[in-house]
Amino acid sequence: MSLSISLAINGRKHDVALDDPRVTLLDLLRERLDLPGTKKGCDRGQCGACTVLIDGRRINSCLTLAASLDGAEITTIEGLSDGEDLHPVQAAFIEHDAFQCGYCTPGQIMSAVGLIKEGMAGDDPERVRELMSGNICRCGAYQGITEAVLEAQRKLADREKPATGKDAA
Amino acid sequence: MNRFDYIKPASVSEAVTEAARPGSAYLAAGTNMLDLMKVGVVGPERIIDVTGLPGLADIEWLTDGSVRIGALVRNSDLAYDTRFAETFPMVAEALLSGASAQLRNAATVGGNLMQRTRCAYFLDPASACNKREPGSGCDAREGENRLHAVIGFTEHCIAVHPSDFCVPLVALGAEVEVESLDGKRTIPLAEFHLLPGDTPHVETALRPGELITGLKLPAQAAAFSGHARYLKLRERTSYAFAVVSAAAALDMADGRIRQARIALGGVAAKPWRAEEAEASLVGAEASPSVFARAGEIALAGAHPSGSNAFKIELARRIVARALALALEGTPEAMPALPASPFSTLSGETSGVAHVA
Repeated sequence: MSLSISLAINGRKHDVALDDPRVTLLDLLRERLDLPGTKKGCDRGQCGACTVLIDGRRINSCLTLAASLDGAEITTIEGLSDGEDLHPVQAAFIEHDAFQCGYCTPGQIMSAVGLIKEGMAGDDPERVRELMSGNICRCGAYQGITEAVLEAQRKLADREKPATGKDAA
Repeated sequence: MNRFDYIKPASVSEAVTEAARPGSAYLAAGTNMLDLMKVGVVGPERIIDVTGLPGLADIEWLTDGSVRIGALVRNSDLAYDTRFAETFPMVAEALLSGASAQLRNAATVGGNLMQRTRCAYFLDPASACNKREPGSGCDAREGENRLHAVIGFTEHCIAVHPSDFCVPLVALGAEVEVESLDGKRTIPLAEFHLLPGDTPHVETALRPGELITGLKLPAQAAAFSGHARYLKLRERTSYAFAVVSAAAALDMADGRIRQARIALGGVAAKPWRAEEAEASLVGAEASPSVFARAGEIALAGAHPSGSNAFKIELARRIVARALALALEGTPEAMPALPASPFSTLSGETSGVAHVA
């Protein structure tokens, strides 16, 4: 049984012929499309290492059948930076030492990007912790992760503020 | 994971026609079913992917004040829908206390009703489980059973239903809309999930091939919007199933209780509505003692199924505390930790932070 799907991954169109409907989005990315930045931790939706954005929403790619995603837009950790310029969430993770071994980090960062986009945390660290609870960090870098998410959110908000003073339109 | 045929129908009628063939199972987000397939607990031969079906992802307010929620509405979209959360706040709070942000972004309303127990013996194909393999026995009875049922269980099965969402829904009298080749029908949520009896593998009132198309909340359920809470005790602060939980809602008039709604989670194989406890509150003046009494009544038929007697006293207290919180009034903003005992106190300064 062969299934043809078309996906836009990090802005690039991929036509994929699946020889088996059992392929998850996570395995498709890592094993077939040479995008190993998305990590496989538990493979059961419990750790969050496989978090990616589908049509702008953060989900667990290990629990998503690739076959069901025809037409979807996927963003992975590989698609976040603008060339050599890191995404503000990536930069904030470095700035705040928000990792140790780094294995959960791509999932943490993608989850943080989704969280900021959802806009439900405000500047409350308790809400950030609650809304990041689907990403487990075995090294325990949570303090830095929370700080990084809050700082990245501030920077992204500043970036979107309308220009003031003489530059105002 | 077993091999299966993958079918993606374009309409509800096509979906129910496909599902009438033996060995078929519907797939929505798959957050529970794919996980169960990976470990070999379920193995459908034909997957009918319903995520592309048109017309099932809307929240629709009907002229009589009731609301119809399409089966494919995602948990996060429902919880963050402003009008829905204001009208049915304990439903929104329950949704946000369940799973993780990623899972809530994927999981659907229909799928939540269909999720399976997290009993460790059900999830382990090497263990005896009458739910997974009828007649094989129940390893939970002599095993790790501190989180198992205290109401409505039998020697055949002591598993609990894991849903948070279903707890306030059953309290508010929700109905489930289903469709099959035989047509459409509506099932009260209170009758949708079944107690184990001697057939724990039969978990719902759905007939073979029936598809959940939506969920309805009656207009009367809005009467509780000012005094409604969901309270959920977990073994960690977030991203855990309930040890016990309670939805509590009051309709107050002049300091007296006009009507009350109470349901419990984590205690039985179905979301457990406590109608006698509700009745005990009608006409009463709200007080800690009538709330404690309601907790007693709600757990009147409970007994341990293993090393879990503590859950009975815990559930009594959770009922009384959820009622006390409901009396204080629905918080203006969703608590930072939805449904958590750590942040259920109202007011700007009285919340308890779990991290210093």
